[in-house]
Amino acid sequence: MQVSRRIVLHFPASLTGQPIVYRLARDYGLEFNIIKASVSPEEEGLMVLEVRGDEQGVEAGMKYLSEKGVMIEPFSQRVVLREERCIHCGLCVGLCPVGAFRMEPDTYYIRFEEERCLACGLCIKACPPRAMEVGL
Amino acid sequence: MRTIAEINEKIRKGQAVVVTAEEVIEVVRSKGIERAAREIDVVTTGTFGPMCSSGVFLNLGHSKPRIKLGGGTAYLNGVPAYTGLAAVDVYLGATALPDDDPRNHDHPGDFAYGGGHVIEELVAGKEVHFVGTAYGTDCYPRRRIETTIRLQEINEATLFNPRNAYQNYNVAVNLSDRTIYTYMGVLKPRLGNANYCSAGQLSPLLNDPHYEAIGIGTRIFLGGGIGYIAWWGTQHNPSVPRKDGLPKRPAGTLAVIGDLKGMSPEWLRGVSMWGYGVSLAVGIGVPIPILSEEILRYTAVSDDEIFAPVVDYSRAYPEREPEVLGEVSYAELRSGRIRVMGKEVPTGALSSYAKAGEIAQVLKGWIQRGEFFLTEAVAPIPGEEAGISFKPLDEKGGH
Repeated sequence: MQVSRRIVLHFPASLTGQPIVYRLARDYGLEFNIIKASVSPEEEGLMVLEVRGDEQGVEAGMKYLSEKGVMIEPFSQRVVLREERCIHCGLCVGLCPVGAFRMEPDTYYIRFEEERCLACGLCIKACPPRAMEVGL
Repeated sequence: MRTIAEINEKIRKGQAVVVTAEEVIEVVRSKGIERAAREIDVVTTGTFGPMCSSGVFLNLGHSKPRIKLGGGTAYLNGVPAYTGLAAVDVYLGATALPDDDPRNHDHPGDFAYGGGHVIEELVAGKEVHFVGTAYGTDCYPRRRIETTIRLQEINEATLFNPRNAYQNYNVAVNLSDRTIYTYMGVLKPRLGNANYCSAGQLSPLLNDPHYEAIGIGTRIFLGGGIGYIAWWGTQHNPSVPRKDGLPKRPAGTLAVIGDLKGMSPEWLRGVSMWGYGVSLAVGIGVPIPILSEEILRYTAVSDDEIFAPVVDYSRAYPEREPEVLGEVSYAELRSGRIRVMGKEVPTGALSSYAKAGEIAQVLKGWIQRGEFFLTEAVAPIPGEEAGISFKPLDEKGGH
């Protein structure tokens, strides 16, 4: 059965130089669309993909990625900040792979810049007061 | 220079000069220690971050017929409370989890709800579901109770936190090849990020590093209400290496106590640490009476003078190895980037500097308006001279 899945891949720095996505096509017969990507040398990479293929191939491809050390998460369209839950700690600042959070230099309040956000969702469970959530 | 009684007299008259531990830095820079010490009566501090050794004693009141929870069980919104006390006294700890929480079975666990969240809901005045079971006695015949409670309907609700307000803390990094999920947050592999947890120049015990101005009995801001320093905290370790009096490692701690009914969910917040567990973010503000120039000099400490150790949480921390990868200042940490082993690493904080500043401002306002008076300490918190050593737990053979 053919399936299609939208996923977010977090690549550790050690893998960003390797042709991992290419192998999804070659070894597992998967088609993919890159929706968004942000990979820079020596840093963590982030890629939002739509993967299509037969169910077994998709499962095997995902297993291959996990074994390689790639973190896989389902893609959510939009991540939003619930201001009333935020305690302005700033744990998200160092974690966000695209720098969508910043600590204001004078007041130290945390600001979320949604236009920079790739909706990878890493902050959702990492936020201690759970102030980040999938938006509609 | 001045006594606490004299400061309280000035508070009563609305004449006390109060500044925050952030503001005092600039005052001392522009006026000098001597003049600033003559003018300033109180410096207010603040901190707001996850503090796991926190919890609340609740006296739930006696049902008809009576039930003895001691030796039985008590669940609040599904979270177990400790019942090894008299009939209807229980202690709900911040890190308690529902029995059916999957924990780290599917690692990393979510830890969406636990003791810290129940405490937040109680203090917000929300209805909390209570189920108790007991074995039944002649005087306490009941075996089970299920009802709801609210904070204002029960007898006492005493927040008692055995260890809060750590004086300095580790900076957590991950040298391994995989992401790790710790009480210091998610740590990305190969120095992907660095997390710290102190309000630095605003933090209570970093403004009174030798515990000279505060002690047991000091009245404080606790969770948005009034609390007291009850004792020194567990793991209180004043004997760590210091520079200019300031500890370079996690050092002193405080045990604090206060009436939960006077507190606010703004300053007691249930938190979830992905892959680790639940906790409670606690807001604490300690007023430092300026009794000497030396006490003022310590309150004027700034983030560039306070250093924290960088520790690998993939190996050194779990294996209890003493290895430290380096020391960085809170000024560097708050700049957003530090250098560790030659690599530039982005930083994140667990302790909210912005909220710590708000607490120091709120406490300052209370004192200026004559709503908060200082107390004399009734006994000191042990300092370096006490010779306290930080004891490990080493397993003995033959068991």
